[in-house]
Amino acid sequence: MPPKAALKLKQTTGAGGKGKGLRPVRDDDDGATHTEAGDQGDDWMQPKSLLKPEDQLELSEAELKEEFTRILTANNPHAPQNIVRYSFKEKQYKQISSVDQLAVHFTLDGNMLHKESDEARRQQARLEGHAEGHSEPAASELGEPAEGSGAAEGEGAAEKPAEGAAEARDDGATPAPAKPEKLTNQFNFSERASQTYNNPYRERGTATEPPPRLNFSANVSQWEIFDAYQEDFAKQEKNKEKKVVPGRKEEDTKKKKLTAVEAQGDDISKIAKSAKIIERMVNQNTYDDIAQDFKYWEDVSDEYREQEGTLLPLWKFSYERAKKLAVTSICFSPRYKDLFAVGHGSYDFLKQTRGMVLFYTLKNPSYPEFIFSTESGVMCLDIHPEHPYLVAVGFYDGSVGVYNLTENQNAPVYLSTAKNGKHTDPVWQVRWQKDDLDNNLNFFSISSDGRVVAWTLVKNELEYYDVLKLTLEGAAQDGPDGVQLFSLGCGTCFDFHKDTDYLFLVGTEEGKLHKCSKAYSSQFLDTIDAHHMAVYKVAWNPYHPKIFITCSADWTVKIWDHNIKEPMFTFDLNSSVGDVAWAPYSSTIFAAVTADGKVHVYDLNVNKYEAICEQAVVAKKKTKLTHIGFNPSHPIIMVGDDRGYVTSLKLSPNLRKMPKAKKGQQIEQGPEVEIAKLDKILSLVREPEPAKKA
Amino acid sequence: MAEIEETIKRLQAHKGVIGVIVVSSEGIPIRSTLDNSTTVQYATLVTSLCGKARHTVRDLDPANDLSFVRIRSKKHEIMVAPDKDYHLICVQAPSDA
Repeated sequence: MPPKAALKLKQTTGAGGKGKGLRPVRDDDDGATHTEAGDQGDDWMQPKSLLKPEDQLELSEAELKEEFTRILTANNPHAPQNIVRYSFKEKQYKQISSVDQLAVHFTLDGNMLHKESDEARRQQARLEGHAEGHSEPAASELGEPAEGSGAAEGEGAAEKPAEGAAEARDDGATPAPAKPEKLTNQFNFSERASQTYNNPYRERGTATEPPPRLNFSANVSQWEIFDAYQEDFAKQEKNKEKKVVPGRKEEDTKKKKLTAVEAQGDDISKIAKSAKIIERMVNQNTYDDIAQDFKYWEDVSDEYREQEGTLLPLWKFSYERAKKLAVTSICFSPRYKDLFAVGHGSYDFLKQTRGMVLFYTLKNPSYPEFIFSTESGVMCLDIHPEHPYLVAVGFYDGSVGVYNLTENQNAPVYLSTAKNGKHTDPVWQVRWQKDDLDNNLNFFSISSDGRVVAWTLVKNELEYYDVLKLTLEGAAQDGPDGVQLFSLGCGTCFDFHKDTDYLFLVGTEEGKLHKCSKAYSSQFLDTIDAHHMAVYKVAWNPYHPKIFITCSADWTVKIWDHNIKEPMFTFDLNSSVGDVAWAPYSSTIFAAVTADGKVHVYDLNVNKYEAICEQAVVAKKKTKLTHIGFNPSHPIIMVGDDRGYVTSLKLSPNLRKMPKAKKGQQIEQGPEVEIAKLDKILSLVREPEPAKKA
Repeated sequence: MAEIEETIKRLQAHKGVIGVIVVSSEGIPIRSTLDNSTTVQYATLVTSLCGKARHTVRDLDPANDLSFVRIRSKKHEIMVAPDKDYHLICVQAPSDA
């Protein structure tokens, strides 16, 4: 009381100034303050004013008097009102339906047992045992020590004394355990442990070798995918073929074996194609200026030279081993415009040596593409128009042969022998014909022995057939036995008509020209005394069906109409004319080569009497030009001489004149134009005979 | 076989040709007429360039393929003829000297 009063005193003294009420004001439910109660006990104290703490809830009188009802419920105010548990069954949180409202304030575990429980009974029994034990100690004293000692010995075991006690109880109605029993565990808890044997640890491991690794890398690009598809496609095609023709399986396997063997063969041979390409490239570099000229150079000075033209020398082809042999024939390949064949032999009657057939390409001027060596001089050759790999060759010893370029042999595929119809004199010209009715290849040959022979390639052999014998007119002589001997003329050249297949012209060494037909073997259709000396070449005009040209050793070149006995044009070239050829692009242009090393080019459209170009193309004057050929597609000519060289020359624009278009008119192309052109020229020359119309 | 040997000999003897190298498709020189170090250098460099060129050509049109590669420089011209298994390289000095 006094400390409380002292407190209050302090508070009151301090209340006036601040008004802070540090006095604990107990907020009772009815709002009454304890101060009144305290006041009653301390009447001697000054009455205090009611101090309100600042944070006291300000209530009005009405509110103060307001009655609040409070309901007492049995709910535990501390229990949560909503417990939510996760229900696995429904897999969501669910509110528990009823919350436990039991609030435990105090727990104390007691040690009271129910009378009737087991434990209680056991205790009871023990107590009784104790009591009986005390009442009859003497009776079992003797027995006791024994038991007790026994029990003492087996003190470790708790059961023994119990058993001893139980036995004692059983033996006698009044057991008297002297020593206290060991109490059994109230909860029947017994702990047992045993030490097991720990197996010793053993470590075991194996070391393996890692599998061998290989780095693999590849590029994928569009073309690799394309290649893969192509291969697959090819395989599929093969499979299809195999299915279609199962009998061919053997062939396929054989082929496979062959290819396998080839692959194992010489590796270096695989670069053949690359080597060829490189060689051509190197040559192109070396002869670069010539190649440029060939392609692009046009002689500008031709504009100033009205009618004349020039020949620009391009490449010069030669082969070491053919250098001593004369060029005996030139032939262009019908398929490959840059490939041409050259035959080498000798025109010398006394000096007869071997011969060669060489194939050159414009792309490689330094070395021939194909080389064939022959025993006897080659006098003529011809490439088949449809099968450009077949070459027919006529030899000086009178035999003919056929070479196949696709096969890698040096020997001819076919060769005529003495038994086989071989000529007895040099073969001067060979020419392929169209396939006969049996689709066999065949060609004709003409020789100095006066026979025109047709050879047919049947299976693996050459079969011959004498088409014609060049009988000399009125040359029947009386032989020794009175037999009339017919001597034959010597044929030197022939040419087949482009359209009428059976018609052909034959030139002879006597200077005669025979018009013959394949159908008639004994008679000529016509004979013309063309030249004074041997006719070296006869050629039909490529456009005009009636005109042909001949050249001869009598220094002349003559143009004929085959219906008229007299030549249309005659040109004197001052030297033996070795060869003459029509230009493939015009009906009025032709070129001739002479033994004095000159090339003469004529254009009848421009000048009917003189050459528009006369040029010496070989350095040494002694070399004779032997053959000439126009390239079918390029404006160049090949000229062969008797030293074994082939010179290529480019024709200047003047020599290649096409008819100029009149203003407003289109240039007409085609053979008809050419024919018309030639006709116009011929009509000027021809005698005006209304009866004889060309 | 002898023909190719002859061709290579002719190439080597041709005017202006400095050297001829035969390379495998991986860039390993097989035959050469130049000294070893130059050969190896040419082989690796040219093969990779050739491969790149071929890739370019074929990527633009898979049905197309490379025919040959010419590199003209101030001093010489390098020509490569590619093949399925081998490449042939030829170095030539220009003959317009």
